[in-house]
Amino acid sequence: MTQETAPNIDQLVSAAQQRIQAAADQSALEQLRVEFLGKKGSITELMKQLKDIAPEQRPLFGQQVNDAKQSVQQLIESRVALLQAAALQQRLASEAVDVTQPGRGQGSGGSHPVTLTLERIEALFAQAGFEVAEGPEIEQDYYNFTALNIPEDHPARAMHDTFYFDQRTVLRTHTSPVQIRVMQQRQPPLRVIAPGRVYRCDSDVTHTPMFHQVEGFIVDRDISFADLKGLLGDFLRGFFERELQVRFRPSYFPFTEPSAEVDIQCVICGGGGCRVCKHTGWLEVMGCGMIHPQVFANVGIDNEQYTGLAFGMGVERMAMLRYGVNDLRLFFENDLRFLQQFN
Amino acid sequence: MGIMKFSEHWLREWVDPPISTAQLSAQLTMAGLEVDAVTPVAAAFNNVVVGQVVSVGPHPEADRLQICRVDVGRGEALQIVCGAKNVRAGMKVPAALIGAVLPGDLTIKPAKLRGVESSGMLCSAKELGLAEQSDGLLPLSDDAPVGDDIRRHLQLDDVSLELGLTPNRSDCLSVAGIAREVGALNRSMVQGPAISAVVPQCDQTLPLRIEAPQACPRYLGRVIRGIRRDVQSPLWLRERLRRSGLRSIDPVVDVTNYVLLELGQPMHAFDLAMLQDGIVVRMARPGETLTLLDGQTLTLRDDTLVIADGRGPLALAGIMGGQASAVSDSTDSIFLESAFFAPAALAGKARSYGLHTDSSHRFERGVDPELPRRALERATRLLCDITGGQPGPVIEQLEPTALPQRAAIGLRAARLKRLLGIELPGAEVSGIFERLGLTVLEQDAEGWRVVPPSFRFDLAIEADLIEEVARIHGYHQVPETRARGEVQLDAARNLQREQQRRVRQCLVDRGYQEVVTYSFVDPVLQGRLVPGVDSIALANPISADMAVMRTSLWPGLVQALLYNLNRQQGRIRFFEIGVKFLRQRADIHADISEEKVLAGLVRGARMPEQWGSGHDDSDFFDVKGDIEALLTLTGNSAQFRFERAEHPVLHPGLSARITIEGRDVGWCGALHPQQAAELDVDGNVWLFELVMTGLQQQAVPRFAELSRFPAIRRDLALIVAEAVTAQQIEDCVRAVAGERLRDYRLFDVYRGKGIENGRKSLAIGLTLQDVSRTLTDADVESIVGRVLEAMQDRFGATLRE
Repeated sequence: MTQETAPNIDQLVSAAQQRIQAAADQSALEQLRVEFLGKKGSITELMKQLKDIAPEQRPLFGQQVNDAKQSVQQLIESRVALLQAAALQQRLASEAVDVTQPGRGQGSGGSHPVTLTLERIEALFAQAGFEVAEGPEIEQDYYNFTALNIPEDHPARAMHDTFYFDQRTVLRTHTSPVQIRVMQQRQPPLRVIAPGRVYRCDSDVTHTPMFHQVEGFIVDRDISFADLKGLLGDFLRGFFERELQVRFRPSYFPFTEPSAEVDIQCVICGGGGCRVCKHTGWLEVMGCGMIHPQVFANVGIDNEQYTGLAFGMGVERMAMLRYGVNDLRLFFENDLRFLQQFN
Repeated sequence: MGIMKFSEHWLREWVDPPISTAQLSAQLTMAGLEVDAVTPVAAAFNNVVVGQVVSVGPHPEADRLQICRVDVGRGEALQIVCGAKNVRAGMKVPAALIGAVLPGDLTIKPAKLRGVESSGMLCSAKELGLAEQSDGLLPLSDDAPVGDDIRRHLQLDDVSLELGLTPNRSDCLSVAGIAREVGALNRSMVQGPAISAVVPQCDQTLPLRIEAPQACPRYLGRVIRGIRRDVQSPLWLRERLRRSGLRSIDPVVDVTNYVLLELGQPMHAFDLAMLQDGIVVRMARPGETLTLLDGQTLTLRDDTLVIADGRGPLALAGIMGGQASAVSDSTDSIFLESAFFAPAALAGKARSYGLHTDSSHRFERGVDPELPRRALERATRLLCDITGGQPGPVIEQLEPTALPQRAAIGLRAARLKRLLGIELPGAEVSGIFERLGLTVLEQDAEGWRVVPPSFRFDLAIEADLIEEVARIHGYHQVPETRARGEVQLDAARNLQREQQRRVRQCLVDRGYQEVVTYSFVDPVLQGRLVPGVDSIALANPISADMAVMRTSLWPGLVQALLYNLNRQQGRIRFFEIGVKFLRQRADIHADISEEKVLAGLVRGARMPEQWGSGHDDSDFFDVKGDIEALLTLTGNSAQFRFERAEHPVLHPGLSARITIEGRDVGWCGALHPQQAAELDVDGNVWLFELVMTGLQQQAVPRFAELSRFPAIRRDLALIVAEAVTAQQIEDCVRAVAGERLRDYRLFDVYRGKGIENGRKSLAIGLTLQDVSRTLTDADVESIVGRVLEAMQDRFGATLRE
């Protein structure tokens, strides 16, 4: 005998299918699930007819009801999945933003260009084992001059336009007094840089009454002028990040001998000659030399046992060359439009 | 810097190495005699020759013009119309030919002047660019070859070299000195003009006495009679002065200036008629007065060397002459001085009287003590040649023991090598010494013993010799090596810099811009912003608004604020790290304290203007949040306290003193509205200042075991009187709750409807947790109960319903 599904089962399933497809949301589907598959659902009810069916047909009938149950179950689940996917799509679409609008928040400030330059200088010398030392800005005449082999009435004093408080007390004109203080307090070997503010009683287009210097020195057993050239050559090429020419020119500082000015190939024109290098192709960037025996004597370091090198540079000058700033006074006007250029 | 300016031609008369001007200039610079400028001595012009005026005749149409016939060495004499008053037949003058281009792009063309043809132009010094002003034609010397190009004849294809000399090289403040140096650098022969003793033509002398031989070990002079005052210095001499940047005055001044430039010896001429009873070199007597050449009258101190006569001081020795004895138009005879004054005796003296002269500049640095006689003879020769004067015999007083003694200096070969890092052949070193005029007494494998020449005041010790060797050998010949030495790892190194860097970075990340303001500020602004604090005043401030050292960083920050407000910047977040200067006692240099502080200033909107957040202005708690972020860097932030306190320039309700363990570390708050109004700033200006030592990292974080058991949170809304502070509540809760309190939050503060006036509601969240077990309800209720009880007892707090 052919195994035909009871006609009312087929009808039930197709009716369920139609209604499931038409369901608009999950709660409607839940209602349909109860209506067809719930305890009193119309498909569940079919099972109750089982007892009225001939025993040999019962397995077949039971199978058919179960199949119907499963297919309705599946129809509901796939309809749920479809509705969920659609809902998610809608949510995603509704949550989309214009990603080109600026981000929210405080935003960053910035360090002063002099600070950035100082940090760069300090970091480079730290690589060679230098430590940082600081000293007072209001200095005794002894540390600023006398101990550095600049006795009273020495012509070199006139080269420093000094701010005075009284005859013995000055605003330091360089950070070299820190060298004296460190050498007085500690024994070699020493590798120290002394960054800080310095003051000269001078104010015009190319001078501000306050600026920053980094002074540095090494005292050890066999430090030579060749070492000085090597150290500053490495430093300058590192600072400006290029293989530039460096030249050492004899000069005079009372606290070093031999003394030199250090020139670099102009970083603006590359040595061809421009306004910044006054058409010489060279820029003076540092002063340096071997520590003078009298300075060692003043601090009680044995000049036969130790030799030393020392150097100094103006931080604003280095910053101007690195960033292309053309007016020294900008550093102290604190105009936000200037400061923010370095953030 | 001492400036030495001279013409290249002049130098090349002394020493003439086969190198170009550019090479010479580079060589001097690299020898430590920095060439600051190289400038042509004359502007460009051409086709100007030596012409001789053959005849001068009147112009038929113009009284002021004359018709000259001028021989220019090119066939027939030219007819040139000339308007100069000094034109006369026979004189030699510069004649610009047709086609000549003169300075200022003036081209000479055939012309008719009031109907008379003129084929050229006779020139003045000004027209050739040789003078700013000139009166009439430039007369040339009688032996000038007619037809010779004027540029060649006057050596106008020449440059002035301007050297910036360091104070140790006074020996190079003369052409002779620079010639010596160029000779040494190029191994070239150096030869100056022959100088010999001038034969006296009269026998007049003066009594001469040195009473201060330590200050003036050598003094020479001579009388020169019959100086003609109606003559001018010759053109060659005037040209040399001009090329050295000096104006021609009269022959006496010109000759002393010339010898100063040529040999480096400052000299002085007195009007003989004004001297009485001879010359005395002595220290001034206190209270003596002297009127100087420049007209000012000084009251002298007894540390000052003077040249005096029987009546009193005539001149400040080595600095400046006096007005009364100065050479004038009526002078007939002079007394010419040439002396050696000791650098130590003159050091600082000119400056102490507010003076600085070419003479004092040189004597302070050192003038060759062997030079005075040569210079005196040289000047006498020139002066007598020009003015027809008759010289008397040289008189001299000398104290040999007071002259600078040149002791032998040793240089060890090993030291030379150790200090320079290179080894030089012994012969080369000896050669350098000899070329520089040092006498080599000994030379062996160990080193050298040398005596420096009398003109080198900068050579006294071994290091001086090492520098000379390096300088002449060439710094460029020293290789670059890397310093060897002990390298020590040191944990404490640069800690403070690192702390500063972190503090700075923290503020930068929170939107602050670092500024650098001057350490000296306007006393008025500082008095207003930091009242009652004694500031340290500069003795010589650069301006009135930079006259005192800052006692706080606030004046500088406020100034930066005002500067930017004036430039349409409304939102400001500034900070600065720097030193402030406090006076401990009235006695200045004994007790100045320099304290490194961090200060900040905030004004305007909390956030930069943006679409996604409000435009509220910053308030107290924004600034406090920034400060708390800084305090977190210490690893010890829980120990810091903000206490309401009165500050003279801050809003009394919006200011706090910041302390740790009873120690003050700073302030924060709003600038007092009255102050803000006086500064014309609207809106709140938030200020803070913290001592950097307060921000040092104090504690290494200690790990605490993480609990595996759940945490339980209880929120309480407590109603307390306004006067009860959040800090009091927190301190009390922490003390009562004990170690099971994992976290404490103040999450709401409410005043208003439902809360009695004068009271407020603080909502706090307690997170409780135990490390060894899950807390039971009973545990939690017990802790909360104790907290509530304490709140009630201590603060009269009630639970909000």
